[in-house]
Amino acid sequence: MFDFLQGYNLLGAFWVTVQLTVYSAIGSLIWGTLLAAMRVSPVPLMRGFGTAYVNIVRNIPLTVIIVFTSLGLFQTLGVSLGADRFTTINFRLAILGLTAYTSAFVCEAVRSGINTVPLGQVEAARAIGLSFPQVLRIIVLPQAFRSVVGPLANVLIALTKNTTVAAAIGVAEAALLMREMIENEAQLILISTIFAFGFICLTLPTGLFLGWVAKKVAVKR
Amino acid sequence: MKKDRPTVLYDVPGPRARRRNLLWTLLFLVALAAVVWWVVVSLADKNQLEWAKWAPFFTDARVWETYLLPALKNTVIAAALAMVIALPLGALLGIFRLSDHRWLRGAAGTVVEFFRAIPVLILMLFANAAYSEFTDISPDIRPMYAVVTGLVLYNASVLAEVVRAGILSLPSGQTDAAKAIGMRKGQTMSYVLLPQAVTAMLPALVSQLVVIVKDTALGGAMLGFSELLASVRPMSANYGANTIACFTVVAVIFVVLNFALTTFASWLEGRLRRGKKSTGAVVGAGAVEELATPGEHMGPADGTK
Amino acid sequence: MNVHRTGRTTVAVAAAVVLSFTSAGLASGASADVSRDHGEDEITVGIKYDQPGIGLKTPDGTYTGFDVDVATYIAKELGHEPGDIVWKEAKSADRETLLQRGDVDFIAASYSINDKRAEKVDFAGPYLLAHQDVLIRADDDSIKQPSDLNNKKLCSVTGSTSAQNVKDKIAPDAQLQEYGGYSECLTGLENGVIDAVTTDDSILAGYASQAEFKDKFKLGGFKMSNENYGIGVQKGSDLKAKINTALEKMVADGSWDAAVKKNFGPAGYQNEPAPKIGVIVQ
Repeated sequence: MFDFLQGYNLLGAFWVTVQLTVYSAIGSLIWGTLLAAMRVSPVPLMRGFGTAYVNIVRNIPLTVIIVFTSLGLFQTLGVSLGADRFTTINFRLAILGLTAYTSAFVCEAVRSGINTVPLGQVEAARAIGLSFPQVLRIIVLPQAFRSVVGPLANVLIALTKNTTVAAAIGVAEAALLMREMIENEAQLILISTIFAFGFICLTLPTGLFLGWVAKKVAVKR
Repeated sequence: MKKDRPTVLYDVPGPRARRRNLLWTLLFLVALAAVVWWVVVSLADKNQLEWAKWAPFFTDARVWETYLLPALKNTVIAAALAMVIALPLGALLGIFRLSDHRWLRGAAGTVVEFFRAIPVLILMLFANAAYSEFTDISPDIRPMYAVVTGLVLYNASVLAEVVRAGILSLPSGQTDAAKAIGMRKGQTMSYVLLPQAVTAMLPALVSQLVVIVKDTALGGAMLGFSELLASVRPMSANYGANTIACFTVVAVIFVVLNFALTTFASWLEGRLRRGKKSTGAVVGAGAVEELATPGEHMGPADGTK
Repeated sequence: MNVHRTGRTTVAVAAAVVLSFTSAGLASGASADVSRDHGEDEITVGIKYDQPGIGLKTPDGTYTGFDVDVATYIAKELGHEPGDIVWKEAKSADRETLLQRGDVDFIAASYSINDKRAEKVDFAGPYLLAHQDVLIRADDDSIKQPSDLNNKKLCSVTGSTSAQNVKDKIAPDAQLQEYGGYSECLTGLENGVIDAVTTDDSILAGYASQAEFKDKFKLGGFKMSNENYGIGVQKGSDLKAKINTALEKMVADGSWDAAVKKNFGPAGYQNEPAPKIGVIVQ
């Protein structure tokens, strides 16, 4: 029944999916937090930049962003991210595109977390003379992150599913393999079931685990 | 209050803070300018800023009539269809999730979980292949069917959660009052709860429409659906492979369209929240992303909160 | 505002829209430019919409290219004026299905005759002998023969046999980038990130002939395969014989040569002489 799987690197494709997810998740957590910091900072220009970035990026299809990293950044501007084989370049470009896109959502999640921190905490922090970066780093962000584990888990799961868009620039992840297999094998239902199952294996445990973490770390008020 | 909130994080700047902020502004400006300068110079260097590559969009109305507008029409049709079909399905699933019957809650929960755990692209690829294999749908319409099917399956599951949240957002007095005048469960749902929930859900629905519009582009890139993103191909074939210009224009159209939808959603939300005659219950535009982590309602027991 | 009533109206409207859309709207929506009812004199022809020189939808809604010229000539011989031709896009993957379902009367869309396709559809012609080739920058002297493609950066469209052919047989060390369309490849070629675009020389010549690319690109002239372009018709159709007669006449009266010159000329494309009907060059 599963003979047709011969010659396809199913695990390899899902491994690429996992790698895309992990690298982009780290990237967007960092860039998204920075964006959130910009959006609440005392510098108007930074606030404006953060707002503009989020509003533009959230409204562009991820597909456009991913294709643009290849066509615009690589083909035209010559950004190859330190690699010289197409496969590596496309992989890294996909991570860049996913990070750029996901950061906007991370930023909004973190910002909503910042809004849950009680005024009194911030006022107390300022009263003892902490500067804006200190208020953010020591008082606000630690609490904000604890309250946004749930929303961030959703962003992570959306990211896992979004990695399939990397197929548009030929990154050999799960969706690209699925398309190839559908074209070559007359086993549509079985193939689709396998890939659906694969993604459920990735997203469901992540959701369950982070849901548990979210309850664990939630700030009791 | 939300608007004033950030200012709580720092004091009203004194002379030193103002100097520091000015310094940061300057540094940031320099960094931004450097990036912009690099992009512009690189583009110019590769002849991508030649007027010939951009001129068609400004001087030639036929580009819009022949490529962009028909493509935009397909994007809008696919998105509207997906929303309109997914909404009743989602409402049904959402109501089942609130059912008193354990098995119904469980079944609806499983369906919702399943389609939310799978990438919409996988659903589209499956639908496209299934239509080509098992049905007699014409190839020029098949990609649209596949895109709409994939979007409906996914979004019905998301909307099920929105509907559920919408119903749960209503004051419990509504159900009590319905019971008091002798309405049955089905009547309470269809005459009292659902109509109000739909109103409360409107902002969330509009902002879900943004997600749908964005996802139609997947069909263009991977299934050969002639939507906005796919219009880059025939356009750039006509104007000397001006792909950068074409992509930029397409991206701008997407941003304008979605930004309009987002703005409309928040306007709607504000109006509903201020509304005096409704219950004031509202499922906000941001609700969709925050709703329920996958796996949260796997067990049939947690159907109601 | 009566919330109760608004809600119900919304649901009712939604349901009505679903019904009307699914019954009629869907069919007309995506293919507004294609008339569905076949009139007496109408003939439906499948072509490419995005290949300059072969089949291209131009901004004013007309179609140009070698395949378009051939199809127009054939249609005329079959008794249809150019105004009666209904053009329809025939993407590579859809061509057999379009014919089998009877959505088009015939297809002229850089359609290479091969055994697998011939099982499902019949081919008239061939009407052009093309070869797999590469398009390189005009100032690039490092690619003189197919083996020079080793370690070079190649581009082709997703799922094309041309790219795989190069990787498997001709230059195993070449790198391959695949895009949805050739325009994307040309952007990379123009900017020096890609060294060669590979596919049929006719398609490449069509691109290189565009005014924007004058003197920028050149063909390698490698002849890495033989592609016999045929006119696809439904299996067992009596159109095959009629189209063959039309093609023979087109070659005899010089229209064929004129069409080749017009569509591929500016790129310095060395075309093969018109192929003999029914003779497939392996």
